[in-house]
Amino acid sequence: MLECEELSAAYDTTLVLRDVDLTVNDGEIVGVMGKNGAGKSTLMKAIIGLLEPKSGVVRYEGEDLAGTNANERANVGIGYIPQGRDVFPSLTVEENLLIGESVNRERDHDLYDEVYRYFPILEERRDQKAGTMSGGQQQMLAIGRALVGNPDLLLLDEHSEGVQPSIVEEISENLRDLNADLGTTVLFVEQNLGAIQDMADRCYAMERGRIVDEIGSDELQDEDAIASYLAV
Amino acid sequence: MNPLNLLFLFADNFAFIVLSAVGLAVIFGMMGVINLGHGEFIMIGAYGTTLSANAGVPLPLAMVIGVLVTAVMGFVLERTIIRRLYDRLLDSMVATWAIGLILTQGVRIALGNSIPQISTPLGTIAYGEFSYSTYRVVLSVVALAVLAGLYVLFTRTEFGIRARATIQDPDTARALGVDTDRMYTSTFVIGSALAGLTGALYAPTLTVVPGMGSSFLVEAFVAVVIGGPSVLLGTTLSGGLLGVIDALFTNLYGTFFGQIAMLLTAIVVIRLLSNGLTGLVEDVRNRMEGE
Repeated sequence: MLECEELSAAYDTTLVLRDVDLTVNDGEIVGVMGKNGAGKSTLMKAIIGLLEPKSGVVRYEGEDLAGTNANERANVGIGYIPQGRDVFPSLTVEENLLIGESVNRERDHDLYDEVYRYFPILEERRDQKAGTMSGGQQQMLAIGRALVGNPDLLLLDEHSEGVQPSIVEEISENLRDLNADLGTTVLFVEQNLGAIQDMADRCYAMERGRIVDEIGSDELQDEDAIASYLAV
Repeated sequence: MNPLNLLFLFADNFAFIVLSAVGLAVIFGMMGVINLGHGEFIMIGAYGTTLSANAGVPLPLAMVIGVLVTAVMGFVLERTIIRRLYDRLLDSMVATWAIGLILTQGVRIALGNSIPQISTPLGTIAYGEFSYSTYRVVLSVVALAVLAGLYVLFTRTEFGIRARATIQDPDTARALGVDTDRMYTSTFVIGSALAGLTGALYAPTLTVVPGMGSSFLVEAFVAVVIGGPSVLLGTTLSGGLLGVIDALFTNLYGTFFGQIAMLLTAIVVIRLLSNGLTGLVEDVRNRMEGE
């Protein structure tokens, strides 16, 4: 479904991604783990098209995405959940969700029912300004917003950041459920060990902008094996 | 002093301030572009209307033509020039100022310094020993209708919600599939059309000359500056406040003092409220919610 080939990206002249190779297959939940500054968010931005890569290829459903804008990538079915749950603070919950309708223009139906089922708080608070909600609720809104348009691929940038552990667990569980129920493929980047173990089918490890290891589902349960990629 | 006179004077000022400012406010509030050619956009709307009416087109239709001409001009300018200048405040000010100069001189070269004017339609309303232009009452109603229309557009339509999302966080909006380039183009066209509408509406009441744009500038910029960040609320509030002040002082001491009072008000408001009148309203609202 998604392939990155020798993807490199930079802010100004500082190379942040170096020759990243990565594959996500239909229906998988794939994680990319790494410490702060490893280049995880940059990878997400390069995939959705908010950052133009220096070199390399991003391929979605077999097609090279070079030369397409972020909005065009969203329109063909990629749902992006930015880091720091960037909801639109002065729009209501419902208005935030409406923006997500621009994701995946080719869908046959909206997923409002599913979003409200996974995250009932969003239906309760639909008329509330998004900026007045708690961190966890905003994270749910950011996920719901990317989901209403029925994307084929979700890009999730550190959903655990600044959210209390019990809520992170709940969100991770919901994401697993919707992957099973709807078949939505998920690529997420994360530095929270628990969230990685809860969600990932398999995981790449990233260090200083490079993919340094790939870890299967069995190895993922071995904390010592992966903690070394996360420890500061 | 007759209270009805004062009311008419206020309504007239309110309409003039709101209509002068609204196109500028939409473009500035949504895109952060200060259109120093705003007055000349109004002038183009007035010329479109006057020339069409002189050619025998009925006045309402001539006004529609004036609006369309300005909107099309806005579209072309956004596509060719303005879009290169987003996030470059000073550059965009220089460029739009230049556009204004080119428009003024271009019209002067093409059509000379004067064209046949059109007269104010609709006659007068008589009350007691006074009478008042019916058309000016219509202008006040139109100003309110424009504000109401924009309110509905920006809060009740999908376009408006996407536009607000784009102002708040263009990157996230884009990453969620909103074509932000198109939002900016549409917004600039709407702002231009509103400037054109102002020109069209005032064409029958003013002398339509190439330099007429400057007569709208003081009201437009003062209203936008003291209105603060929220486009619609700000324009409405500053139209109301400045309208009252101008009406009072004009009535008591004459037009000249009305203008002075307006500018003094602007200075006081800017000094005391860094976020303008909208900021004040937000503060009060937050305080009430906090209790």
